[in-house]
Amino acid sequence: MAGFEPQIIAFCCNWCTYAAADLAGTSRVQYPANVRIVRVMCSGMVNPIYVLKAFEGGADGVLIAGCHLTDCHYIDGPVKCDAAVDKLRKMLHVLGLEDERLRREMISTSEGVVFARVIKEMVEQLKKSGPSPLKVKMEALA
Amino acid sequence: MEDEKRIGVYICHCGLNIAGTVDVEELAQYAAALPNVVVSRDYRYLCSDPGQDLLKNDIKELGLNRVVVASCSPRMHEHTFRKACQAAGLNPYLYEHANIREHCSWVHADKEQATQKAKDLLRAAVQRVHYHEPLEVREVPVNPNTLVVGAGIAGIEAALKIANGGHKVYLVEKEASIGGHMIQLDTTFPTLDCSECIMTPKMSEVGHHPNIELLAYSEVEEVSGSVGNFKVKVRKKARYVDEDKCIGCGICEQKCPWKVPSEFEVGLGKRGAVYIPFAQAIPNIATIDKDHCVYIQSEGKKCGACIKFCDAGAIDFEQRDQIVELEAGAIILATGYDVFDPSQIPQYGYRKYDNVITALEFERMTCASGPTSGTIRLKDGKTPRSAAIIHCVGSRDKNYCEYCSRICCMYALKHAHHLKEKTNADVYGLYIDMRCTGDGYEEFYKRVSEEGVIFIKGKVANVTDRAITEEEKGKLVVIAEDTLLGKMMRIPVDMVILCPAMIPRSDATDVARKFSITQKATGFFLERHAKLEPQATAVDGIFIAGCCQFPKDIPDSVSHGRAAAAAALELIDKGSVTTEAAISCVDETLCHGCGICEEICEFQAPRVVLKDGKRVSTVNEALCKGCGVCAVACPSGAMSIKHFTRDEIATMIEALTAVENG
Repeated sequence: MAGFEPQIIAFCCNWCTYAAADLAGTSRVQYPANVRIVRVMCSGMVNPIYVLKAFEGGADGVLIAGCHLTDCHYIDGPVKCDAAVDKLRKMLHVLGLEDERLRREMISTSEGVVFARVIKEMVEQLKKSGPSPLKVKMEALA
Repeated sequence: MEDEKRIGVYICHCGLNIAGTVDVEELAQYAAALPNVVVSRDYRYLCSDPGQDLLKNDIKELGLNRVVVASCSPRMHEHTFRKACQAAGLNPYLYEHANIREHCSWVHADKEQATQKAKDLLRAAVQRVHYHEPLEVREVPVNPNTLVVGAGIAGIEAALKIANGGHKVYLVEKEASIGGHMIQLDTTFPTLDCSECIMTPKMSEVGHHPNIELLAYSEVEEVSGSVGNFKVKVRKKARYVDEDKCIGCGICEQKCPWKVPSEFEVGLGKRGAVYIPFAQAIPNIATIDKDHCVYIQSEGKKCGACIKFCDAGAIDFEQRDQIVELEAGAIILATGYDVFDPSQIPQYGYRKYDNVITALEFERMTCASGPTSGTIRLKDGKTPRSAAIIHCVGSRDKNYCEYCSRICCMYALKHAHHLKEKTNADVYGLYIDMRCTGDGYEEFYKRVSEEGVIFIKGKVANVTDRAITEEEKGKLVVIAEDTLLGKMMRIPVDMVILCPAMIPRSDATDVARKFSITQKATGFFLERHAKLEPQATAVDGIFIAGCCQFPKDIPDSVSHGRAAAAAALELIDKGSVTTEAAISCVDETLCHGCGICEEICEFQAPRVVLKDGKRVSTVNEALCKGCGVCAVACPSGAMSIKHFTRDEIATMIEALTAVENG
C-alpha cells in the first residue's frame, strides 16, 4: 500500500474536541493532513447515518470525538453517542468494515495535543489496514 | 420559493498565518468556479473593517443571499461575520464558515496538502450554505441578580462592584465566615501592609451592604437554566445557632470544654466545638461543629454548656440544613485554591519534624492576632537562630504540579524579611528561579537581599535531623545542590519553612460539574480564552474570578474579580439575551407521536401533545438547547435540528469525501 493516503472524516463536538483541534492549531501542533473535520454541536448529534454516509462516500476512517462524560454542555450527550456507536459498530461489521475504521474518543478543550496524537495514530493504523473494503467494492462495481 | 442562490465567498489571508501555507489566490479561483458562487475574493485581513465592508458591499450591490468566509476558527470570528451579514440586511444564519487556519494552515506545513484541504473545507461550506434557512433569534429578559460563589478577595471584590452598581448579589460562602485565604495572611508583599487592615473593611462592607444577601456556611447544590435565567438551590448548613439572636459575644466558645485544632490557625491554635473562626469574622455568629460537639454526639445527654451560658438564647440544636432557592442572571465562581500538602514529599520532613512548617503556618505565627501573638518561635518556645525557606514545594515539579504557583517567591521574600526583622536569624532562601515580576517586586527582592538573606539556587533534596558534624547536632539539616557553585550544601538550621504549591480545590471537579464548566489539565477552571476572556467560561453567563482559574497574587485576584463583575454587569445592564436559534423542530407530517424524543431529552423540551386528534411532538423553544440528540433518536425522521439538518451534514460529508474519490 505504498503511497496510500487514508481519508478520515472527524465529527467533532463544538464545545470540546472542535476547540481542542483549534488549540492544536493555536499551539502549532502538526498532524497529518488526511483529516476533514465536520463540526457538530454535540457528539450525541452524530447520526449513525452520517458515519455510513462517510464510508459510502469513500472515507477510510471516521472519528467521533466530543466531551468527556462529565464535561458535556448538554449533560449526557457522550453517553448517547456511546450507545449510538455500539449499534453502529454492528452495522459496520455487516458491511465488512473493520473495528479500527471507526474511532470514538473523548477529547477536552485543553487536549489539543491529544487530538493531534489521535489523528496521527489513526493515519498510521489506516495506512497499515489499507483502503476501506467498502470503497474497494464500490469502485469495482462502478 | 426563494430565488436562485447567489453565494459570495471570502478568503482571509490572516497576514501570512493562512497565506503562508495555503495558496489563497488559487483557493479563490477554485471557489469562483463552484456552483452558484457569484463572487470569490481573497483579502489580507477580513475581520478588519475594510474586510467586512467587502462582503457588506457585495451583499447589497451583487444581491448575495448566501455568504461563506474561509478564515480562522468559527469560534473566533463566526460571530463577527454573521453580524456583518446582518448589518447588510442578510439573515445571519445564511452564513457559513470554513476553518482554514486552526484546522489547516497552522497544523500542516506542506503547502500543496494544506491548499487541497482548504479547497475541500471550502467546498463543503459552499455546498452546505445552499441548505441554510433564515432563522430568528428570540430575546428573553435577564434576571438582574448575580450569584457569586466564594467570598475570598476575588469574590468579595466582584460582589461589591456589582452591589455598588445598584444590583442585587447573592454571595455564597461555604465556610462559617467570609475572607478566604487573604484574611489568614499577616502582611502582603511587597508593600508589607497588614492584610487584615485592608481586608476587614471590605468584609464589613459586604456584611452591611443593602444589595448583598450573604449566605455564609452554605454551598450550592444544584444549578439549572441558562444565561440570564439561572435557577440555583443553595444548602444553608445548620449552625445550630439562631443567626438573628446570636450577638457574637463568644462566651459560648470560652465555656465550651471541647477544643479542636482551628482551621483558621492552620492547626497552630485551638477553637471550641462551638466557635467563631476569628475575631473579625463576617457574619460574626457562632457555629457549632457537629462532628466535635459532645452534646450532639451524645444526643443531648452530655454537656450543653453553651446552652447554659448563652444569654441571648441563640443556641438551637433543633436547627436543620435549609434549601434556599434563588434566581440569577449571571454567576461568578470565585472558589479559590487549596494548599498542596507537603507531607506528600516525605523527604522534606513535614509532619515528621516539629520545626518544619508551611508558609501559611508561618503566616499565622508572625501575625499579631495569631496564636503566638506574632512571636516567631520553635516548638520548644525558643527563638530560631537560623531558618531555611524552601521554594517550589510541589510546584514546578513533574511528580506533583508542573506549573509555577506564581506567588511563592514573593511571600518567601516577605517571610525572610520578617524573620530578619523579628529574630535576626540567619535566613537561607533555596530557590529554583526567583520570579519577582510585579510592580515593585524586583525592588523588594533587592531590599531583602541587602538585609542579609542568603539565596541559594538549587532544589532541595532532603531535610534530615541526622547530624554528621558537631555543628549539625540538634538541628535540621537542609541538603541541596548549590547549582551556581556546583556543589552539594548541608545547611543546619532551627526552622524550615516550606512554600507549597497552590492547587485546585479538592471539590473543583464537583463544582465544575454542577455549573457545567470545564477544567484544565491542571484541574483549575478553564477560561473561554486564555488571553482575551480570562474571566469568562465556555458557558454563557458563568464567569470565573481569582485562583480557581490559576494561582494569582492579591492584585491580580482583585483585577480578575472586577473583570468578572464587569462582565456580569454588562449582561445585566443589557437586560436581555438572545436564545439559541439552531434548535430542534418537528415535521408534523412525519411524526407518529411515539414520544422517544420526550424520553431522551435532558431539558424536557419536546412534549407529545394531541393536535387535531393526532399525537405529535412539539418543541418548547425556550428549553431546547440544540444538542440534536432527539433528531438522532427519532425513528421516523420527523425531528431535526435547524442549521444542522440531515441534508446539511450529509452534503458536507459528500463534499469532503468527493475529491480523493472522484
